[in-house]
Amino acid sequence: MAGQTLYDKLWAQHKVLEEPDGRTLLYIDRHLLHEVTSPQAFSGLRNAGRKVWRTDANIATADHNVPTTDRRAGIADPTSRLQVETLDQNCADFGIEEFGMMDKRQGIVHVIAPEQGLTLPGMTVVCGDSHTATHGALGALAFGIGTTEVEHVLATQCLWARKSKSMRIWVDGELPPGVGAKDLVLAIIGRIGTAGGTGYAIEFAGPAVRNLSVEGRMTLCNMAIEAGARSGMVAVDDRTVEYLRDRPFAPSSALWERAVSVWKELHSDDDAVFDREVHLSGDEIAPQVTWGTSPEMVTAIEGSVPDPGNAPDAVRRQAWENALVYMDLAPGVPITEIAVDRVFIGSCTNARIEDLREAARIVRGRRKADSVRSVLVVPGSGLVKAQAEEEGLDEIFRLAGFEWREPGCSMCLAMNADRLESGERCAATSNRNFEGRQGAGGRTHLVSPAMAAAAAIAGHFVDVRTWK
Amino acid sequence: MEAFTAIESVLVPLDRANVDTDAIIPKQFLKTISRQGLGQYLFYDWRYLEQGGQLLPNPDFVLNQEPYRNGRILLGRENFGCGSSREHAPWALADYGIRAIVAPSFADIFANNCVQNGILLVSLAEAEIGGLFEKTAAVKGFSVRIDLAEQVLRTADGQLYRFGVDPSVKFKLLHGLDDIQVTLQHQEDIKAYEAGRRFLMPWLFHWHET
Ligand code: SF4
Repeated sequence: MAGQTLYDKLWAQHKVLEEPDGRTLLYIDRHLLHEVTSPQAFSGLRNAGRKVWRTDANIATADHNVPTTDRRAGIADPTSRLQVETLDQNCADFGIEEFGMMDKRQGIVHVIAPEQGLTLPGMTVVCGDSHTATHGALGALAFGIGTTEVEHVLATQCLWARKSKSMRIWVDGELPPGVGAKDLVLAIIGRIGTAGGTGYAIEFAGPAVRNLSVEGRMTLCNMAIEAGARSGMVAVDDRTVEYLRDRPFAPSSALWERAVSVWKELHSDDDAVFDREVHLSGDEIAPQVTWGTSPEMVTAIEGSVPDPGNAPDAVRRQAWENALVYMDLAPGVPITEIAVDRVFIGSCTNARIEDLREAARIVRGRRKADSVRSVLVVPGSGLVKAQAEEEGLDEIFRLAGFEWREPGCSMCLAMNADRLESGERCAATSNRNFEGRQGAGGRTHLVSPAMAAAAAIAGHFVDVRTWK
Repeated sequence: MEAFTAIESVLVPLDRANVDTDAIIPKQFLKTISRQGLGQYLFYDWRYLEQGGQLLPNPDFVLNQEPYRNGRILLGRENFGCGSSREHAPWALADYGIRAIVAPSFADIFANNCVQNGILLVSLAEAEIGGLFEKTAAVKGFSVRIDLAEQVLRTADGQLYRFGVDPSVKFKLLHGLDDIQVTLQHQEDIKAYEAGRRFLMPWLFHWHET
């Protein structure tokens, strides 16, 4: 019998029961909640007179709607305020622990759970949010769910699911200096397409992945969803274990030793067979920039805007044409000639401490270009913010003319006051470049933190590999 | 949830690949704490134009044209519903009156969310979808009938397409069932599993004390 994949192991360990048709009731170890996708779930419970099955498996925070400026004044927008207050009230009523807006542990749900040790290897982790795939970086099976499923998890601690197919994305070699996890994942999406992972659970593996820090692996898994996969994961290794040591909610002393010995088994067996294998060479990855309105519309920094005439098929030709109109770009324009109006450094993809360090490294001693209207730096959590301030990164950003903000989703999806004006072009470290994502009519180019910082300084995209 | 049996409607062609959930329902409408009333915002950025501070229907968008305005079945391209997990997307579709979507493929989370809200997703081969787009272009108001029990889509000109559907999804849609009721019938299994897990991996449970 062939060995098991990491996904096989995680799946098998969480099976409560399996129906003859393959539908499986999976046990959920950790459920993360935020204000946008939970209110209807709680009202569903109330209406049916149901309780929360296991309160200590849940943790909540407000992130999507919260202001990133001074919070003592509260939330100005009444609908945002109502949603955040509704979460506070629901957590109080149902006995769920919440990191509220004024708590320094508050932040983007996918940043704070690993940071607190609330995500642990071997767990199933779900959240009413598609970027839940992030948590797979710690050797967990993590995926996004809808609100009806949020209600289901609250009421039963389980979910019905069918096993996906498995895909391994193997990255050989080593990423060149100046090239990071974000470039890697964009290059992967460019290769397999935004539907390439549909129906699959992706495991990222190979020397270049092993070589990434745990935070880099989170960036990688975070965007599994942009490749169409509900979950992405990386096997547990020493880095995973070291990352978790002494985290507030991670086990300690004798339990720690026991847990670590169990976690060490969380990798695919050597003879495991995947339904699909994709190979990339890490050495060949260049900094990536998206030029269109789908993450698969991406190219290397030395590339140029493609000609829809060269699209592989008619459907894509149409999509490229639409994208170029929306993005106001002409075929053949070199990426380095695209000027930006704003820069956003943040989101669950790239707002952890290493991302901010990487951006600060580029910025140190420089100022943003005058043509750039604003640069927002939004840390992923209150603790990331505190750490950055301790290291003086906030000063580097401020001296460069960047704005240093309070943690939250911010201009990743522009649900709060941070957004693009129609027609503005933004270099963003977030994960989606859909039409209107960062504000109606706004144009988004997805890049790494280093590339975003460099674009802010230069006023247009530049190759950070040659940045001095 | 409303049970799904058979439905007949003009086929509403939405000729774009990768229709994402931000397009289906932009974020400014996610601030609601209710499930109802989102239909008016469906495809907001495509459906409306802002002119001099006024919101007008965009005449170029298919749902603003006759005979599509009251269509119940959407025809789409590959990877329909990609993007976020927001259930607001199927809530908006269902509230508008869309009961089925026919496309070559759907994003996973969106597909799950549709089932929870009584929307049937019919996936057909790329070539079949291409053919249906041609027919909607050729015949104004081209309509189809989808019968879930039989798993067939019949076109007004008498063509028949068979489609696959997960038997459990079919059962749920046909009966308009709520999953939680079903799951709670397995309470004892869940408790037994939980007890075992607590014994083997206590650190997943004792997080307050560790
Ligand atoms: S940062 Fe963006 S992608 Fe991440 S959870 Fe927030 S809104 Fe979603």
